[in-house]
Amino acid sequence: MKKKGWKELPMAAVLPGEWSTEQFPTGDWRVERPIWDEEKCVQDLMCYLSCPDSAIKIEDGRMVGIDYQFCKGCGLCAYACPPKAKAITMVREGK
Amino acid sequence: MCVCVSTEGQSDHNGARREIREEMVRREAKTGNEVMAEAMRQVNPDVVAAYPITPATEIVQIFASFVADGLVDTEFVAVESEHSAMSACVGAAAAGARVMTATASQGLALMHEVLYVAAALRLPIVLCDVNRSLSAPINIHCDHSDTMGSRDAGWIQIFSENAQETYDNVVQAVRVAEKALLPVVVTTDGFIISHGCETVDFLEDSEVQEFIGEYTPAYTILDVDNPITLGPLDLQDYFFEHKRQEIQAVLEAGRWIDEVGKEYRKKFRKGLDFLEEYRVDDAELVVLALGSTAGTAKVVVDGLREAGTRAGLVKLRVFRPFPAERLARLLARFPVVAVMDRSDTLSTMGGPVFVECRAALYESGKKPLMVDYVYGLGGRDVTDEDIRRVFSDMEQIRKTQKIPNLITYLGVRE
Repeated sequence: MKKKGWKELPMAAVLPGEWSTEQFPTGDWRVERPIWDEEKCVQDLMCYLSCPDSAIKIEDGRMVGIDYQFCKGCGLCAYACPPKAKAITMVREGK
Repeated sequence: MCVCVSTEGQSDHNGARREIREEMVRREAKTGNEVMAEAMRQVNPDVVAAYPITPATEIVQIFASFVADGLVDTEFVAVESEHSAMSACVGAAAAGARVMTATASQGLALMHEVLYVAAALRLPIVLCDVNRSLSAPINIHCDHSDTMGSRDAGWIQIFSENAQETYDNVVQAVRVAEKALLPVVVTTDGFIISHGCETVDFLEDSEVQEFIGEYTPAYTILDVDNPITLGPLDLQDYFFEHKRQEIQAVLEAGRWIDEVGKEYRKKFRKGLDFLEEYRVDDAELVVLALGSTAGTAKVVVDGLREAGTRAGLVKLRVFRPFPAERLARLLARFPVVAVMDRSDTLSTMGGPVFVECRAALYESGKKPLMVDYVYGLGGRDVTDEDIRRVFSDMEQIRKTQKIPNLITYLGVRE
């Protein structure tokens, strides 16, 4: 897509409509990817509480996966996951 | 007090006849701060968010009493700092309100980051600033360091020579801001104008209202049927384009300053202009000053003219946008020019007015011998005697065609 020039863009970056970071994926510079193992998961939601980017998907009060559109691979979820469960492991992107 | 004022037949020193205005006008003795508050009352803005600071405290205090007395419809937001004051102003202006505020010195400095936001979001906020030095050492008196410190924030900056000009500037600033879609700061000189009492001719409330007209904001965040997004993240791919738009807005702002000034002049009296030329037609020695010092310089010019010296004054009224072309065209005519700077850039290049005047003249084939006088820091008095010294220095420069000191610190003790 050809990007617009300064004369074509709306003034002061005022965008029509309700825009949010939902429409702006920011997970593309992740180095490590968290891999979730549903079998091992104890559903304590510690990953959800520790994620700084709301990238843990929740449905009906249960962890159902990771939103890779926004996950930046910080690893806090894997760190917060109880050692006995170890339901999240960090794997280097591209491997 | 009402007096009958006739300006018929009067002419300024450039020979231009003023508009005939013979009618009852409201003439009152007021301080610069009272005048700014009175102009704000007549503008009757939707929102004023402000925090008091010397020497601008009275503006906020008087305006707050107008609100308490029900003389305005303004929502007055008493905030906990100037950073919050400008933030609240930005929020209110983005909601579509006509917004004004007042501050000085450290207050303007504390607003600094939000000043850039106001300009970049193209919000026509009008700020009454009372020029005061910046710490340290702490000082409450006049110099232009505060306003000059925000000269690159994207605001239109208007300096006032006296209380009358302050009043006219504030009224016109509202129109200029809303036409140019840029915020405007109108300044007075701390204590010299802010606390000095002068007679001022006021317009009727209805005249002010008619002149500024009804405000239609360019956008509003409160229109829930037509939602907008304001202040999105803007990285390498678009930020530059949006900045370029803002630069264009500043480039085009001059047109609105001219137009609003012309209309004001037609309707009432002398209106806003970038420059005022005072007895410069055949001048050889010219002082360039802004703010209250221009008034003192006029007295000196008159005296020197009587003694046969071809002295003149160029008063810079609008510092942002900087009228580089007009200034270069004008200054190129004179043999010697002394710029009076009431602040220093601390860049080793002198004061900001000098730096920019020199830059403006770079392409000129003909240019004056030009020197800078940094003066009046922290409220150090500048008298007619001081300005006469500037003229006598210029006389020497004209005779010898040599500049002994590019930058002089006028009135400082060695």
